Amino acid sequence: MSLAELICPSGTPAALRTAVDAGADAVYCGFQDATNARNFPGLNFTPDELEASVAYAHAKGTKVLLALNTYPPAGKVDLWRQAADTGARLGVDAFIVADMGVAHYIARTYPAVRLHLSVQAAASSPEAIRYYCENFGIKRVVLPRILTIPEIRQIRKEIPCEIETFIFGNHGLMVEGRCSLTNYLTGQSTNMDGVCSPASDVEYTRQADGSMSSQLAGFTIDCFGPDEKAGYPTICKGRYTAPHRPDGYYAFEEPISLNLSRLLPDLIDAGVHAFKIEGRQRSKSYVRGVVSAFRAAIDDIRAGRQANIANLVALTEGQKQTQGAFETKKWR
Amino acid sequence: MSIGADINPHAPRPGNAVVSRLACALVQPILSRVVRKIAARHPSLFARLGPHQRTDFLIDPVELPFALHLQPDPQALIFRAVPRDAAPPAGATIRGRFMLLLELVDSEEDGDAAFFSRDLEVSGDTEAVVRLRNALDDVDGSIAEETAGMFGPVGRAILARLRRAYPNHSEGPDPR
Repeated sequence: MSLAELICPSGTPAALRTAVDAGADAVYCGFQDATNARNFPGLNFTPDELEASVAYAHAKGTKVLLALNTYPPAGKVDLWRQAADTGARLGVDAFIVADMGVAHYIARTYPAVRLHLSVQAAASSPEAIRYYCENFGIKRVVLPRILTIPEIRQIRKEIPCEIETFIFGNHGLMVEGRCSLTNYLTGQSTNMDGVCSPASDVEYTRQADGSMSSQLAGFTIDCFGPDEKAGYPTICKGRYTAPHRPDGYYAFEEPISLNLSRLLPDLIDAGVHAFKIEGRQRSKSYVRGVVSAFRAAIDDIRAGRQANIANLVALTEGQKQTQGAFETKKWR
Repeated sequence: MSIGADINPHAPRPGNAVVSRLACALVQPILSRVVRKIAARHPSLFARLGPHQRTDFLIDPVELPFALHLQPDPQALIFRAVPRDAAPPAGATIRGRFMLLLELVDSEEDGDAAFFSRDLEVSGDTEAVVRLRNALDDVDGSIAEETAGMFGPVGRAILARLRRAYPNHSEGPDPR
């Protein structure tokens, strides 16, 4: 059986402590800058906060993974190198990287620290993953959310590193690591600035009939009816009109969250080493609820018991959940 | 949903202008004391607010006869009850049921989930709201409990009574 490590989100020091106390095997976090893909206002860690947090996590046997999973624009790589230097000095257990230049720098400078390949790298074939392993010493790949379980099982047989898959949270897959939709409207990029739908460009407006529209950079990207559940204001989850769809339709994805709780035994059997919960931008309440639920489920499976996972639909986007491509390529 | 619990900003609210002003006058000394103590105990909260320390937040608990005006500037902290018809122009507005707002402050409820379910409404500067949410979420412990504790057994009894009055106040995931 795989290790079935539970990898949990930590947007703030308090969320990190919450995740550790709720049973995380590892937590992942980032600095307050563009080096990570959750560069949201008021979120993330200062170096001092990370130092204290590493001490807290290690004292309880929990690993800390530092996300440096964005792509340095030309001429700005120093910010990513400094972040790696700081993370190494503070004793993080692994770096989560996407950019080959960042991976190369860390592999050469800190060969004793594990490198994990971020989902942002969108490595989904054995050939691509092996390339990263052979050239940068990648120890674990976080697979894009576009693969079925049989595909994951096959990949596992053909690569020399561990596999991590998302099991809960945001289902904004698109072409992971290569999405330019936000950049198109706001001039800021998920992959280089670390922010998708920057909050400063988001506005919600209640209409007279009780519906609510969400705008990004002045463009309306959805309008929720008075009794309709809402989603994040991301372009990939937007609802648009087109000449052949005058009533509006979800052109890319829809407001929905991934929840693989029912597939945990199959994923473990397929050789997945670690399970990632998405949501560094979410609250301690979310972290406590989701981490506790999956901790109990994994422990049940490890002990040979039937996992009876808690109902987490209240925490899902649009209060809808899916097993996505893990169940079938025809998930939409 | 009863009158006053509708988060529609145009829905009827409890209390007339006189009641609202009287209620504001009654709670203001308490609010001033609470906010000073909380700020003193959690100074790191302000760093996460960044440039929005001077943003005017209007927090609108829909069942109460007044709204709350917050300007989280550590040098000139403002937290006051205001009649809705006399509220200052807000940079950001956060509207919902009182107990939901209280549980969001304490991270007993998830703000995104409350937004998805449409129980929470935000308008104005979204970045300001996100920063305030993240700042409060990084506070350990319960601000509601701390506040109640400032008023001793009476404060704690009032908080417990409030929580009992909202039987569905915690509709988050079943923790098993």
